Amino acid sequence: MASEPEVAVTANAVLSVRDLRTHFLTRDGAVRAVDGVSFDVKRGETLCIVGESGCGKSVSALSIMRLIPENVGRSMAGSVRLEGTELTTLSERQMRAIRGNRISMIFQEPMTSLNPVLTVGAQIAESLRIHQRLPQRAAWERAVEMLAMVRIADPARRAADYPHQLSGGMRQRVMIAIALACNPQVLIADEPTTALDVTIQAQILNLMLELKQRLSTAIVLITHDLGVVAETAQRAIVMYAGRKVEEAPVAELFRNPLHPYTRGLINSIPRRTAAGRRTNIRGRLQEISGIVPSLREEIVGCAFAPRCSFAVERCSRERPALDPHAPEHLAACWEVARVAAAVR
Amino acid sequence: MSAPLLRVTGLKKHFPVHRGLPSRVVGQVYAVDGVSFDIARGETLCLVGESGCGKSTVAKTVMRLLAPTAGTVALDGVDISRMGEAQLRAHRRQMQIVFQDPYSSLNPYLSAGAIVSEPLTNFELASGQELEQRVASLFERVGLRVDAVKKYPHEFSGGQRQRLGIARALAVKPSLIVADEPVSALDVSVQAQVLNLLIDLQEEFGLAYLFVSHDLAVVEHIGHRVAVMYLGRIVELAGNADLFGAALHPYSEALLAAAPVPDPELRRERMVLQGDVPSPMAPPPGCHFHTRCPYARERCRTETPPLQEVKPAHWVACHLRPVGGPFGQLTR
Amino acid sequence: MAAVITAAVPAASSSLDWIRRNPTIVIGSTILGLFVAIALIAPWIAGDPLSFDPLNRLKRPSKEFWFGTDQFGRDVFSRVVYGTRISLIVGVSVAVIATVTGLLVGVLCGYYRRLDDIVMRVMDGLMAIPAILLAIALITLMKASLLIVVIAISIPEIPRVVRLVRSVVLSVRGLPYIEAAVASGARSRIIMTRHILPSTVAPLVVQSTYVCASAILIEAGLSFLGAGTPPEIPSWGNVISLGRAFFQISPWIIFFPGLMLAIAVLAINLVGDGLRDSLDPRIARRM
Repeated sequence: MASEPEVAVTANAVLSVRDLRTHFLTRDGAVRAVDGVSFDVKRGETLCIVGESGCGKSVSALSIMRLIPENVGRSMAGSVRLEGTELTTLSERQMRAIRGNRISMIFQEPMTSLNPVLTVGAQIAESLRIHQRLPQRAAWERAVEMLAMVRIADPARRAADYPHQLSGGMRQRVMIAIALACNPQVLIADEPTTALDVTIQAQILNLMLELKQRLSTAIVLITHDLGVVAETAQRAIVMYAGRKVEEAPVAELFRNPLHPYTRGLINSIPRRTAAGRRTNIRGRLQEISGIVPSLREEIVGCAFAPRCSFAVERCSRERPALDPHAPEHLAACWEVARVAAAVR
Repeated sequence: MSAPLLRVTGLKKHFPVHRGLPSRVVGQVYAVDGVSFDIARGETLCLVGESGCGKSTVAKTVMRLLAPTAGTVALDGVDISRMGEAQLRAHRRQMQIVFQDPYSSLNPYLSAGAIVSEPLTNFELASGQELEQRVASLFERVGLRVDAVKKYPHEFSGGQRQRLGIARALAVKPSLIVADEPVSALDVSVQAQVLNLLIDLQEEFGLAYLFVSHDLAVVEHIGHRVAVMYLGRIVELAGNADLFGAALHPYSEALLAAAPVPDPELRRERMVLQGDVPSPMAPPPGCHFHTRCPYARERCRTETPPLQEVKPAHWVACHLRPVGGPFGQLTR
Repeated sequence: MAAVITAAVPAASSSLDWIRRNPTIVIGSTILGLFVAIALIAPWIAGDPLSFDPLNRLKRPSKEFWFGTDQFGRDVFSRVVYGTRISLIVGVSVAVIATVTGLLVGVLCGYYRRLDDIVMRVMDGLMAIPAILLAIALITLMKASLLIVVIAISIPEIPRVVRLVRSVVLSVRGLPYIEAAVASGARSRIIMTRHILPSTVAPLVVQSTYVCASAILIEAGLSFLGAGTPPEIPSWGNVISLGRAFFQISPWIIFFPGLMLAIAVLAINLVGDGLRDSLDPRIARRM
């Protein structure tokens, strides 16, 4: 397997992931959910990982957090360093001390991540008592402060509520409060607003960005929604079939996408732009033909080649290197020059 | 002017809430609370709103999968809202439904061919060889391989399953297709394929769509007219360009502002609504939106604004938007 | 991650592979097959289970009497072999009667909610009565015969099947594909048979194995109490019941039928568990 060129470790990276691989061993062979992914997260930045279902973005996050149970037949490789601490070799006990403390995670469905029989105040306080060894009283007071920080009205009373008494948006606020309680360096948010309505999504995204500024926490935001990427991130990574295919600053990514898949994704969303507003004439959306490849077979060459209109013979033979093509702009495609020259 | 293909008038659907033992009705969920609209032949009307606003309930009540609490649903001038199931069956041919979930909307025990041929068999429209031919041409039309008739739903991808659902709806040549969030469960690249297919089919067969969605970008792409719903009522109903270019209801405005735009150069100040949608069991009095509306006045808290045609073909339910009035920015 | 795993359908595999994946079904059904064979060829491998032989009373197991003899000198081996017939007949008949009746009632109840209110109260009432008491009461009211025993055991099993079927129907009938069927003009009969019934098959097959096993046990229990199969029929329960008085001096009378009973029930349950796991992993949660 072609190894990727070692990406120079960015000086101020809080989290650096190198050649992360997570394979699930099933009866019918290995599923290569994440197949060699590397990236850095800088202090206080928002990095989006974007891709469609099954591209490995969530599995990457769970692998970084070491939250994939061992008994599902997984095999993992690669390195994950959080401010110099290598996470992959820590014991489970050491990892527990870091998880929820220096790096935390929020999920798409807050109801299933909250304990239904504990009050939300108790759940925030628990994290503080474990990691910061605060006494009960102080932890509770801090929990109420956290609820106020995530803008829950009447936090002292709400702290005594159970999860089912809160709305979806409020539960996600509670999750954020728990995740940020110990002031982590990195917050991984896996589709945090996908289950929420747009008006609530706007509230939650605003809140996350504002708290990021205040606490200088780096955010890794995993999403399938390019709109969310455009509105929140500084940099973005595009994943396809378990691999990173492109990485760029967000403005650059949307202005000048270099990987055909990224380009297809951007063109296939119906867009709402003030200038190009359609009246009654409806144009066709650009489709990406075909379907995502099975991750059960070893993919030779570029995983996107069978669906790609730029593909040449070399693409199905040789895995394209993830090369820089512009400052901070990496793309894994043999035909970058042709893609860049083509009219969008 | 002839009767519209579908005319919905004063439609209400309330769900009683039972509690206790023996169970008693302790309240009502006002899922749909007085909704009226027309759909012309070949037209797409989109119902847009957040979860719990009643848009899917409207779709199911129009399809008579739910019996309406009040109001009428006239299909081609015939009121089907009170018909018995036997009588209704004859009218079902005219309207078909496509669902959101491409997994649970197909019977896992039936082959793809059986799924698509079922409506034809039910209405005794074809049998034997003719049935096979019609199913094959439906498969072709929605972009599935004809030899896939023998496969079972789990052997298809999400997008292909949605194509199967569309083929099933298309089988009896309906004039109206109710599409309940048909692309929400799909990835964007596949979503584009299905939206294109729906648009092509509309042009080819002159279909009318009642298209339910929460995704404004999709709605803007596919809708001729758009109705914005909030807590069981339509708050704004306008042509596509009018709604997306000059929305008049504060809720529509907020909804448009909240939807993230996939263009980093368009980063803008958003109007972010505070608070949550109130419970449809106890909707606030007056204008349902007044609890979150930044422009709310005293009158909004007590008096329900009627849906009025303030500009030609542009209907709004808001006290602050007088009929024929000047439509400047609202101020707090 | 879930998407990756569900999207990939397990490839069709060889029968050898199937055996390796479902060892419990294979072991269970092999043992059951042996029992069925024993029941079928009983007249050729066993002597008369009813003939008295006062000279050979309470003999230990030997070459002549493999399982020994009872207090009337009857060959325990012959009685146990013929008992296999009775047990299997009872188990299978009860399973069939309870499953078919339960399926009919369950589907109708799940589909017609008004019927449901009434029928489920009756079922609740039936379930409140201990199965064995109900069976004893029925048998005492009527003249004891194998048919009465089968019916008496079936009745208390029905509500359990009804509940299972009804819960499956209720979970399926709200699914969009049922609504799609209504919208595409399907009549109630089509919806029930074509769209709802297939979902009940897998859990029902599994449930019927448990019903079968429990019927065999209940029959033995009833016979042991003297309220079951008429004593002249050599069922395992009857053999055990009669041997009870001589347990201390001739334990073999009880031991062999008891062992057969345990193995049979174990085998059926193995098949049931195996089917449950292999037919549909979701059923495990439902039951």
